[in-house]
Amino acid sequence: MAGLRNPKSWLALLCLLPLMRLVALGMDGGLGANPIEFITRSTGTWALVGLLVTLSVTPLRRLTGRADFIRFRRMLGLFAFFYACLHFATYLWLDQFFDPAAIARDIVKRPFITVGFSAFTLLIPLAATSNHAMMRRLGRRWQLLHRLVYLIAVLGVIHYLWLVKKDLTEPLLYGGMLALLLAVRLPWGVAVLQAARNRRVPARS
Amino acid sequence: MLIRPPAEIAPSEITPPDIYRDRRRFMQGMGALAAGAALGTASDAGAGVKLAGVRDSVHTLDEKRTPYKDVTTYNNFYEFGTGKDDPADRAGSLKPRPWTVAIEGEVHRPQTWDIDALLKLAPLEERVYRMRCVEGWSMVIPWVGFPLNEIIRRAQPTGNAKYVEFVTLHDPKQMPGQRSRVLDWPYVEGLRLDEAMHPLTLLAVGLYGEVLPNQNGAPIRLVVPWKYGFKSAKSIVSIRFVEKQPVSSWMAAIPREYGFYSNVNPQVDHPRWSQAKERRIGEFLKRDTLMFNGYGEQVASLYRGMDLKKFF
Repeated sequence: MAGLRNPKSWLALLCLLPLMRLVALGMDGGLGANPIEFITRSTGTWALVGLLVTLSVTPLRRLTGRADFIRFRRMLGLFAFFYACLHFATYLWLDQFFDPAAIARDIVKRPFITVGFSAFTLLIPLAATSNHAMMRRLGRRWQLLHRLVYLIAVLGVIHYLWLVKKDLTEPLLYGGMLALLLAVRLPWGVAVLQAARNRRVPARS
Repeated sequence: MLIRPPAEIAPSEITPPDIYRDRRRFMQGMGALAAGAALGTASDAGAGVKLAGVRDSVHTLDEKRTPYKDVTTYNNFYEFGTGKDDPADRAGSLKPRPWTVAIEGEVHRPQTWDIDALLKLAPLEERVYRMRCVEGWSMVIPWVGFPLNEIIRRAQPTGNAKYVEFVTLHDPKQMPGQRSRVLDWPYVEGLRLDEAMHPLTLLAVGLYGEVLPNQNGAPIRLVVPWKYGFKSAKSIVSIRFVEKQPVSSWMAAIPREYGFYSNVNPQVDHPRWSQAKERRIGEFLKRDTLMFNGYGEQVASLYRGMDLKKFF
């Protein structure tokens, strides 16, 4: 079994755990009094977690000096998109039951839905251009396009912030993580990561 | 071929609430008993104990009751945390005995009631009410209690009493959620005096025929069925008659989003989400939200001539 030796298979399995948990809870009647809310929240949370994990690949690479981490990034990003799709499908089907008028009204009138819907829509071109052929075809423009992920993650956090009734603790936690991940991409942040790495492995050169 | 009409469900076939009760509640009860025994204090006032002498009332609904398990495990009670399952998990630290409720302010006869005396103030009756949360979900709950106006009549409000303010217990030892500053404690709610006097306005001490569980606002809570759920203050220690409109906890927290009246109204949306529909717990498709939560016939006259968009 060559698949078992490939760390990517293990990563894919790991990324499927949140979905398997939902399925298991669903069959066990463990989704609580409001299962649709539970599924909506869970898939949304994992989409956001997926985005943050994807965004931590580059800083982690700089911190450890392990360039090979980059080969996991696409899969992580696609899993973020996968959970965003589940999240959106839950909203369309279970929450709104494909009521086009209600959905259109929501997207126009409810800022948190406008923002969430924009984030999801912007993710689609990124997922569609994630293969090697598209990377080659787009060349330099590919990277430009994929920088949209910063904006998408910010929209994702705002979406969360604007939907909670009062307790902002969790969305702010995600916001803080995102701020950190964006900060270490600035020249100053890159320097900090570089210094941390040199302290850890001084004799590498 | 004979097609038989569906047989009526015999009362004996309906699962009694004690069966719903899960292990956690049992364990919590044992824990409370053990703690009570160890400290020599009065133990739990018996959530789940059958209330005696409960009369039926005219307030029944031809709608399916939300299962006991859902009513007691899916709660908003920020005094125990902001998660829906926090109250069921953490309300074991609340001690509903001994307990007093102070009737104070603009009344001729202020009085501090012991909860057990209060329970005998008026005959207990069962009332099945819809409960609509501002978040867009709803339940049907068989409460046990008596009309708030029974207390108000005895207290004899003065001519200055225009509003009634309800205050929830403030004790972070019993209510661990109060260690967080998510709201300004204690929790305060209010009604106009005529709303408080309305026969639908209930002081509940039980549900499903039994003593109110802690997570549902033991030992005594308000139930105002035509308003969003947060108006129905839980674990009340004070009922104060005042001249000026009280500022409720939610009004103080986010004045743009929560008004004093907070009547259920499908035409007035929450600034961030629609109130046109609701998900009844246990149902798949959303249903239309009814004006005044379906109690318009009884309460609409209270608001005649008022712009309900302005007084939301």
